Amino acid sequence: MAKKELQPSLKTSHIPAGTSWIGYNLSRMKSQRQLMWMSFPFIAFIAIFAYGPLWGWLMAFQNYRPGIGFMEQDWVGLDHFRTLFTDPTFLRVIRNTLAMSLISLFLGFVGSIGLALLLNELRMILFKRVVQTVSYLPHFLSWIIVTGIVANVLSTETGIVNVLLTKLGLIDAPINFFAEPKYFWGIVGLSSMWKEIGWGTIIYLAAMASINPSLYEAASIDGAGRFRKMFNVTLPSIKPTIIILLIINVGNVLNAGFEIQYLLGNGLVQDVSETIDIFVLKYGINLGNYSLATAAGIFKSVVSLVLIFIANGIAKSLGEERLI
Amino acid sequence: MKRFSRKRSLGDSIFSITNGIFMLLVMVVTLYPFLNTIAVSFNNGLDTIRGGIYLWPREWTLQNYVSVFQNPNLTQAAFISVARTVVGTVVQLFCTAMLAYVLSRKEYMFNKLVTTLFVMTMYFSGGLIPGYMLIKQVGLLNSFWVYIIPGLIGVFNMIVIRTYIQGLSEGLIESAKMDGAGDFRIFMRIVLPLSKPVLATVALFIAVGQWNSWFDSMLYTAGNRNLTTLQYELMKLLSSATSQGGTVNVDSFKNVTNMVTPVSIRAAITVVTAMPIVLLYPFLQKYFVTGLTIGGVKE
Repeated sequence: MAKKELQPSLKTSHIPAGTSWIGYNLSRMKSQRQLMWMSFPFIAFIAIFAYGPLWGWLMAFQNYRPGIGFMEQDWVGLDHFRTLFTDPTFLRVIRNTLAMSLISLFLGFVGSIGLALLLNELRMILFKRVVQTVSYLPHFLSWIIVTGIVANVLSTETGIVNVLLTKLGLIDAPINFFAEPKYFWGIVGLSSMWKEIGWGTIIYLAAMASINPSLYEAASIDGAGRFRKMFNVTLPSIKPTIIILLIINVGNVLNAGFEIQYLLGNGLVQDVSETIDIFVLKYGINLGNYSLATAAGIFKSVVSLVLIFIANGIAKSLGEERLI
Repeated sequence: MKRFSRKRSLGDSIFSITNGIFMLLVMVVTLYPFLNTIAVSFNNGLDTIRGGIYLWPREWTLQNYVSVFQNPNLTQAAFISVARTVVGTVVQLFCTAMLAYVLSRKEYMFNKLVTTLFVMTMYFSGGLIPGYMLIKQVGLLNSFWVYIIPGLIGVFNMIVIRTYIQGLSEGLIESAKMDGAGDFRIFMRIVLPLSKPVLATVALFIAVGQWNSWFDSMLYTAGNRNLTTLQYELMKLLSSATSQGGTVNVDSFKNVTNMVTPVSIRAAITVVTAMPIVLLYPFLQKYFVTGLTIGGVKE
């Protein structure tokens, strides 16, 4: 990885003698007024659309009722947070989010790294390219299409999985995969893996392409076979990439989980399928309990931010490039 | 290396063959569900229920597609989907690239501040409810522009483009400045044309994102049937059929024939919705691999 270029320092020492700090900066602004004009709309945009809604966080500390001014609401302090953490539904929702997120994370990592290692060993370039093209494809399809396909593959009557299992004599009657809670997490994990495994290999393959070939030659001379080279040369060489991706994903543990669970979930598996985001949607938009839903949203944001800072700290202490 | 290839050991060949077979398996697992869906979409709906449709339709029919295209809801939704994809891609690509250019200029005074402000938004947001209330307040509820404006800047895309621009020759920009060109002119005349590969990559990402999104449609435009997108309409059809084990409301499709079933309609809409991406992406693939590797994980 290339070293970061040194940014020209903006310290006061650069101010020419005889000019005031304000005067200096004003003249700089003037000299780059086109850049100022170009960036102004975007600063306004982010202020309104990204930072504006943060005011809404106050709702979590009120009994928000629509139609009344923001400051005239009843203030209730931490009541909603107390409700959340004593509510068995919410605790279950946290468990579901974590479980599905970690399963998908694990399967995604192992799957993508494994596939990348094997793709890297393919000698026929054309074949390699075809496999790659095919494996990227699901990444570009919406979860709606993918869940439709998953439902089709797992359907009781005509789904290929049930057909195969029956023909192989492994089961007597078709399994209704969407009616039993015990299958749900697995379905979510494998569906995510199916959708993203190919896409995940891109970054590893790029890392593998930059490995110095002399390492492989040296290993060959030492008598290493294909497997040994994979485990003792390729894998250690992409370790920094693996670590940095792992760290980035840690911060997203509570974020990973809305679309697929919302689309595949149903009344029968509700106890294992609902995630924090679905909880927020249900309480906020459907039931109109804005305050409680906002409190749940805040909890998620705060935990994610803390996780990112921890991950960032770990990255720094491991001597990897920092994220933020 | 080539010289040694004759001396490949037995273990080596076994590995290569197993690996090749495994890769074929990966391709089958990825492709079969698509091909099966396509086959079902061309098969007589009532016949499909009997099972046994794998890669080829048994009783060919175009009835499923005819029903889909004769449903006025779906044609309107398709129009909105196309419109938001085209408008959204052009507008967002331009805005994202312009911000990327500004933030690639080291002399820009607020560089660090603005970069931090944008990068922070990748990690947290106001959340669903406050976001919804903002959209309502600024009057975007039930408006076409709700698909375009809130997503004006994609931060990840911005970083990818900025990294690319930083790799362009600084001398080129400096000499244009000497000739009296302003930053906007440099951006339009020099940076944009030189950044075609990365712009193509990002355009693909934005277009796919626009085409695929349904949640904003559900949340912000569900009150206005003229503004819902194809994906959202597909979602409504699927969620009523797949998981609950219930039946799709196929009545609206039945005016043509009674040969269509929830399964066949679902397959046809899935194919219609997926087709633009499947057709487009092989052409852009060569760009995105290089484009992504450049932008990469860095920062």
